[in-house]
Amino acid sequence: MATKDVPPRGDRKMQQRLARGEAAALGEMYDRFASLVHGLAHRVLGDEKAADTLTREVFAHLWEHPETYDPGKGPLRTWVAGVTHRLAVQRLRDSETAALPEGGGSLADLERKVRRASVAARADYIVHSMPAPLRRALDLAYFQRRDYRQTAVDLGVTEDEARRRLRLGLQLLSTAHDAGTPPGHGGAV
Amino acid sequence: MSGAGRFEASDGPEGEEGRGGGVGGEGSSRRGPEGHGASGARRGDGHPGGGSAGDGTGHTPPGAEAPGPDVPPRIPTPRASVEDNGLVLPDLAGLAPAPLDLPHDVLKSLLGAWALAACSAAETAAVEDHLGSCGGCADEARRLREAVGLLHQHESLDLDPGLRARVLESCLERRPPRIPVPEWAAPYDAETARLDALLQDFGDAEWHAPVRLRWFAADTARNRRTTVAGVIAHLLSVDGLIAVALGLEDPLAEVAGKAEQHAAGPAGRTEAYWRTSRFPPTRSVRGPWREQSHSLVRTTSFTGGHAGGLAVSYGDFDLPLHDAMLDRAFECWVHAEDIAEAVDYPYQPPAPRHMNRMIDLAARMLPSVLADRRRRGLAAPGRGRHLGLAGEPGRSLRLEIEGSGGGEWLIPLDSPAARGSADFEVAHVALDGSEFCQLAAGHVSPAEAAAGQAGDREAIRDVLFAVASLSRM
Repeated sequence: MATKDVPPRGDRKMQQRLARGEAAALGEMYDRFASLVHGLAHRVLGDEKAADTLTREVFAHLWEHPETYDPGKGPLRTWVAGVTHRLAVQRLRDSETAALPEGGGSLADLERKVRRASVAARADYIVHSMPAPLRRALDLAYFQRRDYRQTAVDLGVTEDEARRRLRLGLQLLSTAHDAGTPPGHGGAV
Repeated sequence: MSGAGRFEASDGPEGEEGRGGGVGGEGSSRRGPEGHGASGARRGDGHPGGGSAGDGTGHTPPGAEAPGPDVPPRIPTPRASVEDNGLVLPDLAGLAPAPLDLPHDVLKSLLGAWALAACSAAETAAVEDHLGSCGGCADEARRLREAVGLLHQHESLDLDPGLRARVLESCLERRPPRIPVPEWAAPYDAETARLDALLQDFGDAEWHAPVRLRWFAADTARNRRTTVAGVIAHLLSVDGLIAVALGLEDPLAEVAGKAEQHAAGPAGRTEAYWRTSRFPPTRSVRGPWREQSHSLVRTTSFTGGHAGGLAVSYGDFDLPLHDAMLDRAFECWVHAEDIAEAVDYPYQPPAPRHMNRMIDLAARMLPSVLADRRRRGLAAPGRGRHLGLAGEPGRSLRLEIEGSGGGEWLIPLDSPAARGSADFEVAHVALDGSEFCQLAAGHVSPAEAAAGQAGDREAIRDVLFAVASLSRM
């Protein structure tokens, strides 16, 4: 399986285009990443309007600070997801803090909520960016409720391979619990 | 059929226990009831144990072949695993089946399937038995089980189509671009993005949904049947006219080869593409179309204001680059609506300021279209001052387009060289913006267009027919 840490060709080029202020590049960024950004924002914030607003903030950040992307550290997609994750969690924390009743309210509850949202968003990203064969296996076994033998048949692979994919997929997904942004890049693949 | 077996197994008393214990948490509560429902239905259909009996192994125990109405089958399933491992079948008279005696690495490899409740009852029991004695596997099992809880049905949230414009606008305010997208390319940029978003979640059924392209030629309604993918191939081929003018790669060259490369005009190019590609268009046409549309926007950004001189050849006529980009934006919208209609999705009109530019292009093209029609005897002969000097005011029709994106245009009737003039207004036509666009797209006939009219009826008729004749495949 191809390692996911090598930025696709063109990511560096895209960064250069953003840096030199090419509006067409910004449009292409939106076309490539808007659904990722909006999806993650929605998962953290749980609200359509808030996700729209955050999407605007994220793209403003990408447009104003393209130099903060380091192609040596991974693909553009990971950077975009990382920025989104960070800004979304920050916004959630801010709005939850503002909503804390005067003097009362449990900070621990707040932290739990923020953490839950953060892990959920990271998990979405991991599923979104894991190799397609793993995602497909998880989809069959979980959402289509196929057992691993049926999954193997559906995928046209051996039962061993089906078991391997399900286990590896979940192992990647479980890294969502590991703290830290940018969201997990399951190193195992 | 093995699915039935699986669920039947879970219905058995032993299976129940194995499963309940085996798949705690979210997985079991989600699957449990469904599994039972499924097996119940299967038991009721008069083919008990069909899955087991059908595999012809001859080892089916009597209990599984003909259970009484209330006796659940007890065979641990799927059978294959039992046989693969060379184990004897469990004693039916006994109680729980002995857990399978599986080697450690097999048990470990089962952990993912186990966490997902996707292995047989016997395997589930074997894994759980093992977890009690193997700390490493127990840790991983816990971790994977938690991971299952993170799986989340991807909801396909349709992004608000207006969000793109709002996001880009606020970005560009905060940091003005050094290389902006030219104003005349913005409608194309927006329309291609909207169409691409529509295509986003299309499955094969949508890609192959039939679409009927409609247009007017020689004042007659024409149509051509294709598919959603065929429409995108059409857009790709015709957008290629601009690509060629800009010195980019001709999409037709790749599919059709050199021989067809000189196919002229939108219809010729499209037919050449459809005819010569080895297979009917599929979803794979989306990538090349989108890539080309992005590179057109990008390249026109660099030609910037100096695009004036560049002409795009449509075969029998040329358009300046900036008008060609508006024309392609309009076509993109029209065909996006064809597609949306074919798959029964809603689709909105373009942003008012973009629609205004598209209407303006049509209005600007009308005088020469009228002249061309007059030469061919399709429009009334010009009158009066049409031989006047260029820039002279001439007999005019006031075209009033209502709705957002609308406006007023004075169309000189007798010569493209004449200037539209309110002083020489002989007729007034009022149409709703979307009706006008439907007419220009060839989707409604000029005779039936809902237009408020006053004044010279012949002039009105000529103009409405000229608008319809702007349409093409």
